[in-house]
Amino acid sequence: MPASTRSVHPPNDVPAYASSRLRAPKQPLRVLPGRLGELTAPLLAGETIGVLDHDLTRQHDGEPLGERITISGRVLDENANPLAGALIEVWQANAAGRYAHLSDRHRAPLDPNFSGAGRCLTDAAGGYRFVTIRPGAYPWRNHPNAWRPAHVHFSVFSPAFAQRLITQMYFPGDPLLVQDPVFNSVPDHAARRRLVASWSLELTEPEWSLGYAWDIVVAGREATPLDDDASE
Amino acid sequence: MTLPLTPSQTVGPFFRIGLATTIGAHVAGEGSPGAVRISGQVLDGAGEPVPDALVETWQAEGAGRCGTDDQGHFAIVTTKPARNGAPDAPHLDVSVFARGLLTRLVTRIYFPDEDEANDADPVLQSLSSAERSTLVAVRDEGGLRFDIHLQGARETVFFDR
Repeated sequence: MPASTRSVHPPNDVPAYASSRLRAPKQPLRVLPGRLGELTAPLLAGETIGVLDHDLTRQHDGEPLGERITISGRVLDENANPLAGALIEVWQANAAGRYAHLSDRHRAPLDPNFSGAGRCLTDAAGGYRFVTIRPGAYPWRNHPNAWRPAHVHFSVFSPAFAQRLITQMYFPGDPLLVQDPVFNSVPDHAARRRLVASWSLELTEPEWSLGYAWDIVVAGREATPLDDDASE
Repeated sequence: MTLPLTPSQTVGPFFRIGLATTIGAHVAGEGSPGAVRISGQVLDGAGEPVPDALVETWQAEGAGRCGTDDQGHFAIVTTKPARNGAPDAPHLDVSVFARGLLTRLVTRIYFPDEDEANDADPVLQSLSSAERSTLVAVRDEGGLRFDIHLQGARETVFFDR
């Protein structure tokens, strides 16, 4: 039976995450009868995605500084059906832990050869692949001496509203995970660990780059939270 | 076989780096037949504008996406969706993402010129009139206005994701 949506996704009201205080709704979420939302029109023609949009190391004249990595995996629904043609968008800090964004005031250098954004469409088997550099950790003001663990933001956009997901991928063995309120907002330990990629020998290219494997599982096309409750 | 889901995480403050261009705010062309401009403001529990929210609309005709500006404003140009025989009144499905939100907020935008269909809509019928008013856009000079109150006396009704 489907894992309960409520136990997998974090609640919005998480006191340890300071930014949630004025933004998390106070009223309980309502349950929609029937399926969650509609199917939308097919997203995009493949030609709107550039052939190098998946490679964040080749968007400028020079190469970005940092540890070159490949991140690859499959996007599936909870019934193990691959999501073909889903739009995957990623964004991240550079190797020094700085985003190429005007509002990022972290006193770490920008990298003129790194914008930190990539995108691709999944293939027929739901597969995706990005080439990038490993992002740095960075401080933030959530609590005294708070640091975000290294992470890559992932957005999954398929035609099914129920499947819409924005999340973050983390790296194995990162000691900063234990103090991060965003990572730890996921109540279930096993669910939290699914946000951590695995180092992969197969994806590691000899004399070139390290590889990380990370699969993403989204709800079924017609998922409804009611199903979960009824089956428990 | 059932696979366990990947949990949601916040979109964070810097999503414009990655979500800037692929999907835009025009589901329909400005001024095209049936086009309607839906604009609004995203406000937090102190009534302050949320300058780093992302609003997405979904309907059979296409998806729209707009990040809020310094004053929390967003605008999406689309058409009123066809009903396709559904019991629900015409509406847009909406996702709201922001720094401070660990998982998306789901809501609906209904249309103010659909009184009869809105009265018969099973979702709107399940709400009090005050709650219902948070989901129905209002007319303004540029088209329709739909403000999103994350908290407070006028908190928008949100649905389980």
